[in-house]
Amino acid sequence: MDEFTVSRIFINLLIAAKWTVILSLIAFIGGGIVGAAITLMRISSNKWLRGISWAYIEFFQGTPLLLQLFLAFFGLSVAFGINLSPLQAATLALTGFTSAFLADIWRGSIEALPQGQWEAGSAIGFGYFKQLQLIILPQAVRLSVAPTVGFLVQVIKGTSLASIIGFTELSRAATQINNVTLQSLLIFSLAGVIYFLLCYPLSTWSQHLERKLSYKT
Amino acid sequence: MSSFEPQINAASTATLGTEPIIVAKDVEKWYGNGFHVLKGVSLTVNKGEVVVLMGPSGSGKSTFIRTFNGLEPYQGGSIEIDGIAIAHDNKGIELVRREVGMVFQQFNLFPHLSVLKNITLGPIHLRGMSPSDAEELGMSLLDRVGISHQASKYPGQLSGGQQQRVAIARALAMRPKVMLFDEPTSALDPEMVREVLDVMRKLAESGMTMVCVTHEVGFAREVADRVIFLAEGHLLTDTTPDEFFNHPKDERVKKFLSQILH
Repeated sequence: MDEFTVSRIFINLLIAAKWTVILSLIAFIGGGIVGAAITLMRISSNKWLRGISWAYIEFFQGTPLLLQLFLAFFGLSVAFGINLSPLQAATLALTGFTSAFLADIWRGSIEALPQGQWEAGSAIGFGYFKQLQLIILPQAVRLSVAPTVGFLVQVIKGTSLASIIGFTELSRAATQINNVTLQSLLIFSLAGVIYFLLCYPLSTWSQHLERKLSYKT
Repeated sequence: MSSFEPQINAASTATLGTEPIIVAKDVEKWYGNGFHVLKGVSLTVNKGEVVVLMGPSGSGKSTFIRTFNGLEPYQGGSIEIDGIAIAHDNKGIELVRREVGMVFQQFNLFPHLSVLKNITLGPIHLRGMSPSDAEELGMSLLDRVGISHQASKYPGQLSGGQQQRVAIARALAMRPKVMLFDEPTSALDPEMVREVLDVMRKLAESGMTMVCVTHEVGFAREVADRVIFLAEGHLLTDTTPDEFFNHPKDERVKKFLSQILH
């Protein structure tokens, strides 16, 4: 069984980790863009925009990601005849899931700022979007760095659920190799190391960012 | 500390008391919970006047001056600032706000910006001033409030009194026609009250129109042209500081004075 040396296993896992990275990036980018839009709706003065964004967040936070992947891949097909490829379905579900949580984190950061910051901006004569741009967001971003990155680390690990609709990403590859070689401790340890290598730089970067964005008091 | 240069709107003594700049008529306001906070309050402030608003807490005095720049919407009556009406729905309020400076109890400086950037933000983004011109203006204003040496610091590094002086400079940077002060010294430690009042006094001497909600009796006596007394949403008296403090007639004013004058 010399084709299953440690290095062979590791290389196979790394190849599969490509999908973990791709799915994570899709979730970050899609979730970030949609999440920003949902955040703005959530803090809007328009009650319809607030209501829609509230329902959106509650749906994606209140149901498991696994179920969302199922619904996107099988559900849309059965109910509406919309057949999505696994990648399209994963993009849809991961974007929805990530955006809902990010929107909630970002809304919380914005609402954590004292009302006086908005009022001071108003009193100078800034309109709503200028207040957001110049006064509110720079402060809210700083508050939200740690919880945002913490959540993105969860998303990286959460992409393993996409194996359910056919992605051979890191976790699924580990399971498959294990089924053949039965070297479970070794394989899952290596998979763990790769997950760690993906997540740890994010945490470090988050700490760096927090220091960089902090202002003197 | 150099004295304040006369502002563009500075009224000469000859015109003082003749040219109205704030005209509030029968202002009515209810809070969202139905509480009737302003019950038909009218007030006219002329260019160059310094008006002090006093009254027990909950009388509506802060709410009243916050209607002058639309921070509080109101439901009845009318308010005009320098001839521009403030609509009940706050439409077009940004134009009024540029002309009305406000100083808050809690300073509300922007903690992510340096002291100088706090001041230049408005002139750069709303007056179209170049950053270098805005910085020059900012430095001259900081010099007038006596803290130009702190320009590159952040608000969190300053004392309360210094922060409030920066807040005054920030409001002045927009070259306002009117300055509103909402209990500017109430959040300060006692030893810092004077440095803020000194700046306000100089501003008053320069001819700025000022409406101040404050409990500072010394300031009201020496600087105010008129003292207004509000209680339970009604304007009870509008008189000179001398009349107000030395010859009060209204029972509620007497009771109020006995409480704050110890």
